[in-house]
Amino acid sequence: MIGRAYTWLLLGWLLLPVAVMALFAFNDTENRGNTRWQGFTLRWYQHLFDRPDLTRAFATSVVLALVSTAVATVLGTLAGLALGRYRFRGRGAVNVVVLMSVACPELVLGAALLSMFVTLNVPRGFPTLVAAHVLFSLGFVAVTVRARVAGLDPAVDEAARDLGAGPWARFRLVTLPMIAPGVAAGALLAFAMSIDDVVVTGFTGGSTVTFPVWVYGATKTGVPPQANALGTLLFAAGALAALAASRRRPRQSSEPKITEEISR
Amino acid sequence: MARRGRFAPYLLVLPGGLWLLAFFLIPMTLMASLSLQSGNLIDGFRQTFHWQNYRDGIGVYGGVLARSLGYALAATVACAVLSYPAAHWIAFRAGRHKTRYLFLLVVPYFVSFVLRTFAWRQVLTDDGPLLGPLKDHGLLPTDFRVLDTGFAVIAGLTYNFLPFMALPIYVALERVDRSLPEAARDLYAGRAAAFARVLLPLSLPGVFAGAVLTFVPMAADYVNAEVLGGPDDTMVGGVVRAEYFDNGAYPTASALSFTLMAVLLVAVLAYARALGARNVLGDAA
Repeated sequence: MIGRAYTWLLLGWLLLPVAVMALFAFNDTENRGNTRWQGFTLRWYQHLFDRPDLTRAFATSVVLALVSTAVATVLGTLAGLALGRYRFRGRGAVNVVVLMSVACPELVLGAALLSMFVTLNVPRGFPTLVAAHVLFSLGFVAVTVRARVAGLDPAVDEAARDLGAGPWARFRLVTLPMIAPGVAAGALLAFAMSIDDVVVTGFTGGSTVTFPVWVYGATKTGVPPQANALGTLLFAAGALAALAASRRRPRQSSEPKITEEISR
Repeated sequence: MARRGRFAPYLLVLPGGLWLLAFFLIPMTLMASLSLQSGNLIDGFRQTFHWQNYRDGIGVYGGVLARSLGYALAATVACAVLSYPAAHWIAFRAGRHKTRYLFLLVVPYFVSFVLRTFAWRQVLTDDGPLLGPLKDHGLLPTDFRVLDTGFAVIAGLTYNFLPFMALPIYVALERVDRSLPEAARDLYAGRAAAFARVLLPLSLPGVFAGAVLTFVPMAADYVNAEVLGGPDDTMVGGVVRAEYFDNGAYPTASALSFTLMAVLLVAVLAYARALGARNVLGDAA
């Protein structure tokens, strides 16, 4: 009983800022501070895109997250497949570098990338942001896919080969459907990390500003309620996506059975 | 599973490998070189291989570095203490609602990191929704404040990184063979003894893994310190940022980043050595 009460207390503590953020999107405030409750209004949702700089930052965030997730998912999946399925010269080294890129604090990643862009006189902007975001999510996708591949039964792929399937057909019809949950989890992680990143983006974006960086800059002077509204919408989208992903989970458990049947 | 491939594995790993080379290994090398240069933004930097930047960095910012590590350590302990009972309850008592509770545990983190940290600022402002009423009723002195203190920074870090501790603990508890604590009870161990001598030791790998996952990013974080802390609560990440962007002191900033990374690496390795690598790094070790 105490355990249940404590767990709910902890969850309440975790959820409190979410509620506050959502609530202050309805705050009828005049000044930019938005720290005192002044009454209920819907006008911030009605005028969601009234601040061009905020809107631009938000759009940049979404496009950046989509582009970097796509690139990181493809590169990470291929690397994860190689690391999980094959033994090759340099595999240990690649594993170590992938692990380092995952474990390295964001601050150090950002500082290192900035050092390179400064040294080589690369102008910072959207392309450097894509490079940076793909970098910090690539390792996570590779690790997720590698774990999934390592759990696969090699007999399935061999069976497909015995039945005359070429490498591409085997990848598309056998391997990809089996690693799909890992790829999807990796992609979801990459998207979540990209859209939320403030540290690496602050270092590598130059004058290109994303939603979190814009909000971070605004915390000094006051975050406008539109930012709360956009944040709430983003939260709702993310929570729904995660919920949908977890609802699909039961299908995964039937896979080992299929594998067993085929390998028999 | 592992098989030998001639070209396939190299072709598969090549694009990702090149990306890691171009945007991780080369930048790290260039940052190392930059940290050993001297000069300034206007006259340019020259490679001098002086260790002066490191000596200066540690001399001036040693205190900030120590504070960062201290805050991160305090928040790591707080994460473990706060999340263990909840992880335990979810693993053993939540029954078929486990996934629901786990979802509630991670769902706050779908809110943008900066926004959720700023929301705490809104909650904790000196005359805000929490402290305001308490002060009005004389329950707190009027000059009482939480914001702009070290406590606020530690609390913010704890809040922001809690799932990285709670989930590994949950997984470790979930893996424990249920019959072991039961056997302890059958052998007349009390509830406390069965927990302290059987369940807790078996779940410690989760705590150790969680400690690494929380400590490293927390020590390098500066957002919590800048949003929730005062001028005396700066963490090393904030200094690195300021040296890069406000002072243009790239060599100093690079040297500080490297120092931080080296300190964290040594801390994690020492920790892994003391506890056994497999306990800390799991199957990766």
